[in-house]
Amino acid sequence: MTTPELEEQEQEQEEAEVQVETEAAPPPSPPKSRITWQKLTFLPAVVVAVLLATWLWFQQADLDAISENALSGGQVSKALRQHIELTAISTFFVLIIAIPLGVLLTRRAFRKATPLAMTVANMGQATPAIGLLALLVIWLGTGMKTALIGMIVYAVLPVLSNTIAGLKANDPTLLEAARGIGMSPWGVLTKVELPLAVPLILAGVRTALVLNVGTATLATFGGGGGLGVLITTGITNQRMPVLILGSILTVVLALLVDWLASLAELLLRPRGLEVGT
Amino acid sequence: MPETESESAAHGATIELENLTKRYPGNPNPSVDNVNMAIKAGEIVILVGPSGCGKSTTLKMINRLIEPTGGRIRIGGEDVTDMDPVKLRRKVGYAIQSAGLFPHMTVAQNIALVPKMVGWPKERIKARVEELLYLVGLDPGEFHGRYPRRLSGGQQQRVGVARALAADPPVLLMDEPFGAVDPITRDHLQDELIRLQRELHKTIVFVTHDFDEAIKLGDRIAVLRERSHIAQFDTPEAILTNPADDFVSGFVGAGAALKRLNLSRVRDVEITDYPTLTVDDPLQEIFNSLRSSGTNEILLLDQRRRPYKWLRRGDLMRARGSLARAGTLVSDTVTRDATLRDALEAVLTDNAGRVPVTGRRGAYEGVVDVETLMNSVHELLEADRLEALEHQHDLEETRAPQTHAEQEGGDGVEARA
Repeated sequence: MTTPELEEQEQEQEEAEVQVETEAAPPPSPPKSRITWQKLTFLPAVVVAVLLATWLWFQQADLDAISENALSGGQVSKALRQHIELTAISTFFVLIIAIPLGVLLTRRAFRKATPLAMTVANMGQATPAIGLLALLVIWLGTGMKTALIGMIVYAVLPVLSNTIAGLKANDPTLLEAARGIGMSPWGVLTKVELPLAVPLILAGVRTALVLNVGTATLATFGGGGGLGVLITTGITNQRMPVLILGSILTVVLALLVDWLASLAELLLRPRGLEVGT
Repeated sequence: MPETESESAAHGATIELENLTKRYPGNPNPSVDNVNMAIKAGEIVILVGPSGCGKSTTLKMINRLIEPTGGRIRIGGEDVTDMDPVKLRRKVGYAIQSAGLFPHMTVAQNIALVPKMVGWPKERIKARVEELLYLVGLDPGEFHGRYPRRLSGGQQQRVGVARALAADPPVLLMDEPFGAVDPITRDHLQDELIRLQRELHKTIVFVTHDFDEAIKLGDRIAVLRERSHIAQFDTPEAILTNPADDFVSGFVGAGAALKRLNLSRVRDVEITDYPTLTVDDPLQEIFNSLRSSGTNEILLLDQRRRPYKWLRRGDLMRARGSLARAGTLVSDTVTRDATLRDALEAVLTDNAGRVPVTGRRGAYEGVVDVETLMNSVHELLEADRLEALEHQHDLEETRAPQTHAEQEGGDGVEARA
C-alpha cells in the first residue's frame, strides 16, 4: 500500500469516527453559550487593526522636536494609565453611591424622596461636564480628586435611574409571594429584587462606564491627567500626530470598555431570565 | 368523615379567626368586617364570593401579609396575631395565582427556599425537593434544573404548590391558585390537590370565585358577601341543597341538583354485576352463555380483563362466528372515583344506557345503568335534604342565645357557641 492511500484511509477512518461520535451522543439541547465567538472576536480585531495602523503611521511619520517631546519618556503610557485609573475609580464610586441610593429610594419609607433625588441627579448630568469641572476647580482647586468628583457627579444618573427603574419593574405579586413564603425584607431585596433588576442595572453601569471614559478626557482641565493631556497638547501646539494619538487611544479605550461591559452584562445576567433557556 | 379527622390531627392545625377586621385609612367602611371562623385541623375550607368581597384580604390576614386592624388569629391554638410575621409565614404555606415562581431560580431552588430559610441541612433539602417534585407529579430528573420560564402554566402551578409544601407546614393558604390556567389543566390540578390532600391532611384555606371549584375541593365552603360577611359556612352538600338565603342561592347558580352529582362518586352507588367472558374463552362457551344468560347481552373483556365489547344474542351469528367483527365496542368506562355526573354523562351517551365501571388498571368491576343511577340519586338528595334541615335546626338553636344576648345589648357578642 502506498502512503497516499494509507493517508486517505486514515482520513476516512477519522471521518467515520467523528460521525459515530456525533451519532452516539447527540446533545439534545447543548448548553447554549451566551457569548458567541463573533461577539468575542469582532471588536478586539477592529481595535487591533486600528492600533496597528496607527503604529505603522507613526513609524514612517517624521516627528519634530515638540512632538517627540510630548510623546517621549513614557508619557503616553502614563496618560493611558491615568485615564484608566480615572475611569475605574469614578465608576467604582458611581456604583457604591448610585445602587444603594436607588435601593433606598425604592423602599417605602423613602419613596417620596425619589423625585427630589432624580432632579438632583438630572441636574448633575444636564450641566455641561466642562462647566461642572471648572466650577469644581474653583471650589476645590486642581488635582485628580477634583476631576474624579466631577466625573462621578456626571455619571451617577444613568446608574441611579436604571437601578430605580429595574427595581420598580419587578412584578409586585412576585414580591408579595416572596414575603408570603417567609422571606425577610433583606432576603426579598437580595434574593429576588436585585437579581431580577440586574439586567437593567448593568445597562446603566455600561452607560456610566462609557460616559466616564469620555469625560475623563476633560480631567486634564482640572489637572487630573489622562489622555486629555495628549489631546490638549496636540491642539495648543498644533501638532496633529499628538492630537491624533490621544484621540485614537481614547476611542479605542471607550470601545474596549464598552465591549468588556457588554460581556459582563451577558455573563452576570441571572440565568432563567432569557427567553428560550 | 370521622376517619380523616382523627388522622389529620397529626398533620394539620386548627385556625381560628376571631372578630378579624381590616380597615383602610380614608374608607369609613371596613374591607373585612368582624370575621369569625373556626377551621378544623386537616380540612379544606374554601372562601368563595364575588370580586371585591374581601376574601383575598381575609386570607392574607391569616399569614399577615396584610396586618389586621382588629381581632385575633390563632393557628393550632397559638395566638399568632403579634408574633414576628416572617417567622409566622415560614410555618404557613402560601401558593398564589400563576404560581409566583422566581424566574431567576431553577425549580429546585424555588422549592428549596423555605427549607433553606428555616435551616434544614443540605442533604435533607435535596431529598425533600425530589420528594416534592415526585409528589406533585413532575419527574425530578427532568424538572429539577429547569427555569420557570420553560414550564407550562400547569407545571408552574405544580411547582408553586410544591414550594408552598416544602417545609411541611401544617397550614396551607391558597389564593386562587388555579385561576390563571386553562380549564382542562385546572381540572387536573384540582384532582391532584384532592389526591395530595388525601395523603397529607393539611389544613387548607383556599380562595376562589369559582363556585364549581369550591364544590369540588371543599370540605366546607364559606360563601362571603361584601366586607367578608359570611353568608353561609357549611358543607358543599348542604349549601347546594339548602342555601341559606337568596344571595347564596344566587351564587350557587342554576342546576344545583346537577352540581350535587359532582359530590358523589360511583363508589357511593350500587353497581350491578354483569355476565362477562374474556376474549380467550372458547367460542363455544361464549355461544352457550349468550343463550343461557337472562340478560340477552354479555360483556366481553380483553386479556387484561378490561371491558372490550358488548355482545348481544345474535351478534355472533350475524358476524358469522368472527369475534373480531361481532358486537359493539365499549365506548366509555368510568372508574369508581368518577363523579356521578361523569357517570350520568356516560350513561346518557351510551345508546343502551349503561356503562362499565373499572378499577385498577382498567379492569372490569361492574356496570351502572340509568335505573340504578336514578334510584341512588334520589336517595342521596333525600338524605341531603333531611340532613340540611336538621343542620338548620341546630344552627337556629345555637344562634338563639346569641341573638338574645345581642338584643339585651350586653357584651354577649363575644359569646360563641
